Amino acid sequence: MTVLIEATGVSKHYPVETGGMFRRTTTPLRAVDNVSLSVEEGETLGLVGESGCGKSTLGRLLIRLLPATAGNIRFGGTDITALGGQPLRNVRRSMQIVFQDPYGALNPRMTVEDIVMEPLLIHGAKPNADSRAQVSDMLSRVGLPARALERFPHEFSGGQRQRIGIARALILRPRFVVCDEPVSALDVSVQAQIVNLLQDLQAELGLTYLFIAHDLGVVKHISTRVAVMYLGKIVEVAEKRALYAEPRHPYTRGLIASVPVTHPSQRARGRAERQRLEGDIPSALNPPSGCRFHTRCPLVQPICREQEPATREPAAGHLVACHLA
Amino acid sequence: MSLLEVRNLTTAFQTGRGEITAVEDVSFDLNEGEILGIVGESGSGKSVTALTIMGLLPRPPARVATGSVHFAGENLTNLSDSRMQHIRGPGIAMVFQEPMTSLNPVFTIGDQIMETIAAHERLPQRALFARAVEMLEKVGIASAATRMADYPHQLSGGQRQRVMLAIALVCRPKLLIADEPTTALDVTIQAQILDLLLDLRDEFGMAIMLITHNMGVIAETADRVIVMYAGRIVEEAPVATLFDSPRHPYTRGLLECVPSLITERDRLIAIPGTLPEPIRRPPGCRFAPRCRFAQPDCAAGIPPLLRLAPGHTAACIHIPEQ
Repeated sequence: MTVLIEATGVSKHYPVETGGMFRRTTTPLRAVDNVSLSVEEGETLGLVGESGCGKSTLGRLLIRLLPATAGNIRFGGTDITALGGQPLRNVRRSMQIVFQDPYGALNPRMTVEDIVMEPLLIHGAKPNADSRAQVSDMLSRVGLPARALERFPHEFSGGQRQRIGIARALILRPRFVVCDEPVSALDVSVQAQIVNLLQDLQAELGLTYLFIAHDLGVVKHISTRVAVMYLGKIVEVAEKRALYAEPRHPYTRGLIASVPVTHPSQRARGRAERQRLEGDIPSALNPPSGCRFHTRCPLVQPICREQEPATREPAAGHLVACHLA
Repeated sequence: MSLLEVRNLTTAFQTGRGEITAVEDVSFDLNEGEILGIVGESGSGKSVTALTIMGLLPRPPARVATGSVHFAGENLTNLSDSRMQHIRGPGIAMVFQEPMTSLNPVFTIGDQIMETIAAHERLPQRALFARAVEMLEKVGIASAATRMADYPHQLSGGQRQRVMLAIALVCRPKLLIADEPTTALDVTIQAQILDLLLDLRDEFGMAIMLITHNMGVIAETADRVIVMYAGRIVEEAPVATLFDSPRHPYTRGLLECVPSLITERDRLIAIPGTLPEPIRRPPGCRFAPRCRFAQPDCAAGIPPLLRLAPGHTAACIHIPEQ
């Protein structure tokens, strides 16, 4: 397998003003903190974690929608961290994103044809018969009828709008697509349609996905490997079966234990065995010392409060950042 | 007699394009201490059912076109506003999906809990405070006495939902209606809130009507389940029966389309199409256009709920073999 996109020591810090009116100081909010991660050509890397853990920020950093505070990002072997102007625009053709909210992500005043064609025009194409043919071809690939071209986003259901968003992301034939919670806002019966569509398109067009979601079932279904994020850090990465069958980080175990049972007969056992995570995710403005998970960890030891755990590889391809794993 | 008896309830809304029915011919019972799950996708009518019971729909445009809602023997559909005010709180309480928009941002959470008690009981300030603190402790808010002075924005999403539960439960209701109480929360917090709901049910013996689109939430909590589609009940069963032998094709579809942590499939089994808009509902069975078992006669008329076993009904004229 070749690595398509690789982040090394990437951070994103936002300056936040804290303190009273007269003692204002700036504290960095560490949304993503020293993260190293690679995505292999043709795979789907799932990225899970609670809201506020930095997973969307990391996705945007990888495709240069946000500038990184530190670290570097390589795409297809080229360092793209400091790219600007035309060279950056050229790379962006190959990296696209599908957003969570199919209502907010589409301009309500543009027709579907204009929405899907816009990326082509930005990248130098003319609005001629050739681009129009590309747009209608893409619409049929995502399962929308030809009559959709002239219509406006409000005339479509949530699932169909997400198809429009996918068509817009794929019209430039990217190699890498960040899918940021693409099915979270959809009804369950429609979620399955979109997940199947994303898998079909991946096979047809040879796409590589970063699939960000908080639904562990969907992530398990679609991913090749899964990365777990907590408070700006990646705490565990593994091939999906290894991660779900033998989670090594206590946070991953807590997350999996929180997923509702699939049958009422598992209920009693579920409640007894469950190692539920207590409390909420702490603030990224003032993250806990040492291991950031130590305030909620059922196995916490003195070392966890003092020293940040290094990432180790206890089994081939299984990375974990925990003193005790 | 059941605690709650809903009979042939139809709730209609006046719109610019004519009158539509959001809930149609819905009947069910809910017993004391029981958890009834109501499942369906957006637009299925589950929230409107709850709001009709609570008397919280603005009339007009809403109206109860037919049917009745009896709570502890009293018909709620023709009750005066002041009488209904007495039922809400000590009788029926409700929590919503969005804990941020349900809390008032300019009052402390303490004020909001005490306001609820004061609306129903005359108590001195000190007793109000004590009751509110006790309730916050029950729902799992740490250092409750100091948190009384917090404003909603100072709390996390999970804590806000705990405060909403405290407000709902502080008058010891006989029935709690929870409308997607965990949908906006992370799975870790969802698990905490569901455990809390079960504990509170055991402690107070209240009945819960739990509205959700998540079959996992149903599997974790419900005793009995109603499945709604496009405004109508399509299946009702005890929870184990529903998961073991779902009979309506829509229920089967809902159970199949969600990827689980246990089973593995190459492709998900999707239900094609989308829920029809109320003004474009198909004739006959409303699920027929999306149903892989549909026959031509499905369009002939709305299928009645057929009794398949004690407590198990389904509205389908071609129930597929298992």
